[in-house]
Amino acid sequence: MNVPAAWYLILAAVLFGIGVYGFLTRRSALIMFMCVELMLNAVNLTFVTFARTLSDVGGQATVFFVMVVAAAEVTVGLGIVVAVFRRRSSTSVDELSEMKG
Amino acid sequence: MKLIVPHIHYLAILPVLILFGGALGLLLATALVRTKVTTRVATAVTALVSLGALAATFVQWSYVASHGATTTVAHAIVLDGFSVVATGVIAVGLFLTAFVAHDWSLREHVSGAEFQILALASTSGAVLMTQANDLIVIFLGLEILSLGLYVLAAFDRHRAKSSEAALKYFLLGGFASAIFIYGAALVYGATGSTNLTSISYFLGSNIVLRPALLYAGGALLVVGFAFKVAAVPFHLWSPDVYEGAPTPVTGFMASIVKVGAFAALLRVLVSALGTQMDTWRPILWVLIVLTTLVGASLGVVQRNAKRILAYSSVNHAGFILLGVWAATLRGTAATLFYVMTYVPVVVATFAVVTLVGGLGDENHSIEKYRGLARRQPWLGGALAVLLLSQLGAPLTTGFYAKFTVLAAVVDAGSSTLAVIALLAAAIAAFFYLRWVMTLYADDDLESTRIVVPPLTGFVIAVGVAATLVFGVWPGPIAALAQHATVLFSP
Repeated sequence: MNVPAAWYLILAAVLFGIGVYGFLTRRSALIMFMCVELMLNAVNLTFVTFARTLSDVGGQATVFFVMVVAAAEVTVGLGIVVAVFRRRSSTSVDELSEMKG
Repeated sequence: MKLIVPHIHYLAILPVLILFGGALGLLLATALVRTKVTTRVATAVTALVSLGALAATFVQWSYVASHGATTTVAHAIVLDGFSVVATGVIAVGLFLTAFVAHDWSLREHVSGAEFQILALASTSGAVLMTQANDLIVIFLGLEILSLGLYVLAAFDRHRAKSSEAALKYFLLGGFASAIFIYGAALVYGATGSTNLTSISYFLGSNIVLRPALLYAGGALLVVGFAFKVAAVPFHLWSPDVYEGAPTPVTGFMASIVKVGAFAALLRVLVSALGTQMDTWRPILWVLIVLTTLVGASLGVVQRNAKRILAYSSVNHAGFILLGVWAATLRGTAATLFYVMTYVPVVVATFAVVTLVGGLGDENHSIEKYRGLARRQPWLGGALAVLLLSQLGAPLTTGFYAKFTVLAAVVDAGSSTLAVIALLAAAIAAFFYLRWVMTLYADDDLESTRIVVPPLTGFVIAVGVAATLVFGVWPGPIAALAQHATVLFSP
């Protein structure tokens, strides 16, 4: 059975949309962070699909770069989340209200 | 299957190698050397490395002048006049920031070399962005730049605001990067390549049958950039992050991120999507109008020096976008001229703000500046000059910077845009002038004298000298920007 490329693209767009929606509506820093990861994975799916339709290996190679960047972001991001959590015992971004204006 | 290793022209990536090598060297030294690497040593290394990168740009310049622009590493990296000059500006920004950060570290008792390591790594990312000729390389440069900055923003562990700023910057920065790379994926799907030259060639020689994919991709790329340069309506993170981050880091962000992001934006819009100008110009038009006007208007109501400078930087982003909008040789030269003159001024301004902030980096209310120029004429006077330069007063580089972008826009056919930008500059003038008036106001509260450490004093002097000397005599800088743009790789 051959699944048309468009379906993969639609799936990727839906995943990306879920990521954006989650990022904008959820208030926990960790969940927001997971939504960003979901968006990056949707991007990977898009790249792989296009690489297949275009018969170009470049798109597949790009996925590795995106994965490495995502991993590096996790390292830095969790470090920052832990730093904030130690101070406040909460990861909700609504409580980050020292600065206003 | 045979693996083809692309040819690497090492001169092209020399500044990146020097900067990242410096970061790795310092990192190794902290791990291997028995005695602790002191701030003094780390600063000296950073300053030397940034001077080394600057020296490398001189070699690159002479190469580009005699051989013309070239691409290397399978056309992913470009070496042209524009990238060389932008790299030089970034190296100068790092050099100045290293000194401000040095005095800040001593005051706040931050020891070790981590700050400098992260700053060096970030800078290499910014340089990579100015040289990128491929959407993926831009993405990598952006991430190398940002990952260091997220940690730098959190560097002040004594203030809750600092880690808060870092979290906000990180979440929104990651979101923006994801949007950017999705845009890159869609453009890849529409044109078959992520290489800017190939995209431009494809669009120039084919009629895009289903342009929706290309338009969506281009729009997402612009949104990603707009987040990074804090263009309205994607600016909401910037006042909080500017306020929360340690002040030298804020100066670093305001200067280096702008150079890297604008250089990359210019390449994407002008080199790769130049044929689609009629599509992206209206979008940019709206962004510019919002950015200049909102940046100026919201700056008026702020009472915190760092927040005022955040909105000031939003306003400046709008002005730099004007040069991108023009998308002519003149516009590109104007953009380059703007960032060249903006970097020393903004780093020096934040150097003064660092000093006034005092121990704990908390005194950033505008009231703290009341009478500063009367008590300390040199320090206060320097800040007044720097603010007037940001305002765009005649006899400072700010005036010529604003003038050249506006002239480029009028030249490219939109006087309306130029008039709106001028209006925004007039609104922004209000908060700069109010700050200058505060500096010269009568001082009724007993304030302690601010000690100016020699290195920070040097940075402030460089900023003031640069804005005054080249404000009276802008010829050399303008000529350099002009030459660099002529050597802009198509």
